Amino acid sequence: MSMPFYVAPEQMMKDRADYARKGIARGRALVALQYNDGIALVAENPSNTLRKISEIYDRIAFAGVGKYNEFDQLRVAGVRAADLKGYQFSRLDVDARGLANQYAQILGQTFTHEMKPLEVEILVAEVGLTPDHDQLFHIMYDGTVIDEHQFTVLGGDMETIRGRMAERFVAGSTLQDAVKFAHQALSASETPINSSELEVAVLSRNNSRRCFARLSESTINQYLV
Amino acid sequence: MPMFSFEQDPGASFGELLKRVGLSPFGESGPANAMLVPHATTCVALRCTNGVVMAGDRRATSGNIISHREMEKVVQADEFSGVAIAGAAGPAMEMVKLFQLQIEHYEKVEGQSLSLEGKANQLSMFVRSNLPAAMQGFMVVPIFAGFDTLLKHGRLWNYDATGGRYEEHDFVATGSGMLHAGTVLRMGWRRDMTVDEGVELTARALWEASDADSATGGPDVLRGIYPVIASITSEGFTRIGDAQLKITYEAIAKGVGQR
Repeated sequence: MSMPFYVAPEQMMKDRADYARKGIARGRALVALQYNDGIALVAENPSNTLRKISEIYDRIAFAGVGKYNEFDQLRVAGVRAADLKGYQFSRLDVDARGLANQYAQILGQTFTHEMKPLEVEILVAEVGLTPDHDQLFHIMYDGTVIDEHQFTVLGGDMETIRGRMAERFVAGSTLQDAVKFAHQALSASETPINSSELEVAVLSRNNSRRCFARLSESTINQYLV
Repeated sequence: MPMFSFEQDPGASFGELLKRVGLSPFGESGPANAMLVPHATTCVALRCTNGVVMAGDRRATSGNIISHREMEKVVQADEFSGVAIAGAAGPAMEMVKLFQLQIEHYEKVEGQSLSLEGKANQLSMFVRSNLPAAMQGFMVVPIFAGFDTLLKHGRLWNYDATGGRYEEHDFVATGSGMLHAGTVLRMGWRRDMTVDEGVELTARALWEASDADSATGGPDVLRGIYPVIASITSEGFTRIGDAQLKITYEAIAKGVGQR
């Protein structure tokens, strides 16, 4: 019988983190930012059908980067948790903080107990009734939750994009400007991303009950002119 | 957070999801004296040139008592469809709530809406799962209507207590006043009706039903309560305002007075 080699826990965690980080870095990035009437989510996504950004509940959106099948599974679990809670109690009881905590549990659990960590980074965004109540929860592959303000960046080359975003971001900008900032931040300096490779959705503050809406390609084109 | 193995995965079905987590509201038996719970009564729907019109009176009755004067039996299911309900109010409201949730849940999980036919089918399954309660007197008989965005015209469905689903081409009536209301629709319906003519005809159908059926409420001028009438066209679901219905009913009352 062969004995497994001893691996120090520090080393094991580091290996797992490196593995997850590498997987995430291969994917393309995503930006979420506040604008004057809600939250805009902008992702570089060549596919028109496999979405990175989607609706979870009335005022809550989900975005994921990394391995598609893994974050899609988390997305569906989130929709289920939200719809069940809203059905069992009230629609007002469903909030982003609760969902973010549950996601953190799953990601943390998988990171420490499973063979392979989830190669994803996700965002749970909630548009509040006023801009002060907007929430952006950025959840890492190991279950770390970061409560972000104004804007957040997920995915490959995060630090560079965050730097570019910080230079451009203006609080209370219009949706058009917000999409422009995000597009510029996501694009490498010389070659702007083609608008057909952008996926844009908004959580619009005063959009009746369901605040989530996708922007069509023609609208995105108009905005980027 | 609910996570399921591959075999246990409920897919996009909210009803199955509720069963998996032990929250399903169906299949439980209630008390035997069903006459004492509120019942909602007459609802009608008809097809017009670019969509459908749905209407329902506002009365709920428990035996011979009027238990509620402002019940809303015509509710929006999603952007392009609506449900009208007749039968035991409690299970009916629960069914509508679940139905709305199912449509939204499907849309979010799958990333696109169910087809209108798919929604009609789904409602049929809800009615069928209510059958044990229907046997004890808690019957729920809905009408489903909407604008089919693929076929570009309005469509109507009628149901029976066993979940039977019947697509109607012209008009449909359900509930205790269905005979009277249905007769008015039968006499007045024309294939080239506009939405406004449809609103007028459904208003008249409910008037005649309330005139002959004690469980159907007419327009309550004293309290300013009018039936819920809504049109569903390519523009979506629009509820007709009370101001317009007031004028419509004044005209009907005047006509009846001159008979």
